[in-house]
Amino acid sequence: MKRLSRFRRHRAVAPLLLVLALFSIGTTFSVAGASTSSPLTAAEKSALIDEGQRIFLKGCSSCHGLNAEGGGIAPSLIGVGAASVDFQVATGRMPMADMSTQAMRKAPVYNEKEVEALAAYVASLAPGPGIPGEEHLNYERDGSTAEGGELFRTNCAMCHNFAGQGGALTQGKYAPTVMGVEPRHIYEAMITGPQSMPVFSDKTITPEEKLSIIKWIKAAENEPQLGGAALGRVGPVTEGLLVWTLGLGMLVGVAVWLAMKAR
Amino acid sequence: MSNEIEAIKDPGLPAHVHRRADTDPKAAKKAERQVAILFLLSALGTITLIGSYIFIPQNVFIFFPVLGNTNAHQLFLGLGMAASLFFIGMGAIHWAKTLMPDEEVVIQRHEFRSPDEDRADFIRTAKEGAAAAGLGRRSLIKRSLGLSLGLVGLSPLILLRDLGPLPGNSLTKTSWKAGTRLVTDPGDRPIRPEDMEVGAVAQTLPAVVLAPGEHRKLSDIAKDAVLLIRLRPEEFNLDAERLSWTHEGIIAFSKICSHMGCAVALYEQQTKHLLCPCHQSTFDVTRAAKVIFGPAARPLPQLAITVDSEGYLVAQSPFNEPVGPSFWERSS
Repeated sequence: MKRLSRFRRHRAVAPLLLVLALFSIGTTFSVAGASTSSPLTAAEKSALIDEGQRIFLKGCSSCHGLNAEGGGIAPSLIGVGAASVDFQVATGRMPMADMSTQAMRKAPVYNEKEVEALAAYVASLAPGPGIPGEEHLNYERDGSTAEGGELFRTNCAMCHNFAGQGGALTQGKYAPTVMGVEPRHIYEAMITGPQSMPVFSDKTITPEEKLSIIKWIKAAENEPQLGGAALGRVGPVTEGLLVWTLGLGMLVGVAVWLAMKAR
Repeated sequence: MSNEIEAIKDPGLPAHVHRRADTDPKAAKKAERQVAILFLLSALGTITLIGSYIFIPQNVFIFFPVLGNTNAHQLFLGLGMAASLFFIGMGAIHWAKTLMPDEEVVIQRHEFRSPDEDRADFIRTAKEGAAAAGLGRRSLIKRSLGLSLGLVGLSPLILLRDLGPLPGNSLTKTSWKAGTRLVTDPGDRPIRPEDMEVGAVAQTLPAVVLAPGEHRKLSDIAKDAVLLIRLRPEEFNLDAERLSWTHEGIIAFSKICSHMGCAVALYEQQTKHLLCPCHQSTFDVTRAAKVIFGPAARPLPQLAITVDSEGYLVAQSPFNEPVGPSFWERSS
């Protein structure tokens, strides 16, 4: 230290310090910014897209076409965006197990890296909604449970049930439960409108309002079951069924015992 | 024939079988113990109820088979009360069935008709009473009594009017007027056509000016709710008039089902069908909400929309028909 301080009035100190400060500021920003802005260089990105195309040709092109242009049995994927791919593939809906009425949630076929590559490939075909970053999904900070509940009841409850348990649509199609779904996937479903679900535009339901909806869903998931068995939380249907079978059955049993003669 | 019927003898009553407790003192003692056990179970139930009310905190959740994760306080309150009531009843019945007197008594029914002299007596008394009141002679009393009794019947009819205000034109009119902006529900933000992608929906209400702290009336929301849906314009299968009611592929329908008034908003993006959750009426959006399944008799009323000078979506005109289910005075 002593030896260093001897040079503190040296002519070169000021320019040297300036360079050092600029360098440190620059590196700090590039390191801190790396997590929020694109972490990929152009070369890495094109490698990822190539990888995605390879997976696509192997796993998806038989239905969606060699250039994702769609076919008789599957829609075109041009312009659906990375968010759509991430939702469909990361929740296991795609690839479909069979051509039934609806692609259902199951264990995903591709891992996170492969989904990322597929999403990058499909997003490279034409612009579309992107995958929301973690910094846009801080629903605990940016959402409001009460507002979310109001939005959910107006916009979501008719299909997904007032408690988010899901419900039936026409001809065997259904709206799945929203319990236990990743916040990112809930967000992606709202901006892309997968399968029967319509799109909920950012102008009619703002990103903050979408986070409020997610916050309400998460609050509903953690709702304690004060009455014991929730019976699917679908209201009078299961409750009535239970009363008509178990409840009336018990009453009939008691009535039979009442009328039985003692020996 | 008649001989065969006569051949069947009246079988009489089955022989009375005594209970074991009537003949065997040991069995009687056992039955007594069983009744006592049932009463003790009831007492135990009451103690459980009181104990769980006092000692189990309200925020404790335990796992209980079948019920899952459940609130212990509520669970034991319920189980305690059920046991205390059920076992009192069960004990009392077991007591009556096994130990209380077991004699079979036959009571013959008598004839239902009163004896002739009683009937004649009644008629004579009634006639004497009528003659004493002089109803036959005093016609003024007879008529005024008839008038008052007749008018008494009217008063409930008049009081029925107090059930509520008459509906007036509230069944046929909504808040939509020519130029009313469509705003998001909730949020009250006006919407531009470019705010909605193809395949998007928006739940909307008419723009209203509310004083601070004032809220929309539920009775208004129940009539005014409108669903906006954006399709590709070429997907429509509409006549020229209905097509002019849409704007760049955006079509607006009343959300109130024409069957029973539920909110119809289950929109299937791929089939372009709108489904009512209450009775499964299904409407085809591309054909002006034509009913393709279910009990609804009419399509959903379509709201004619366009944009105003600032580019926001507005109603071209009010609804051309009453929204919601049928009612008595409805013309169509």
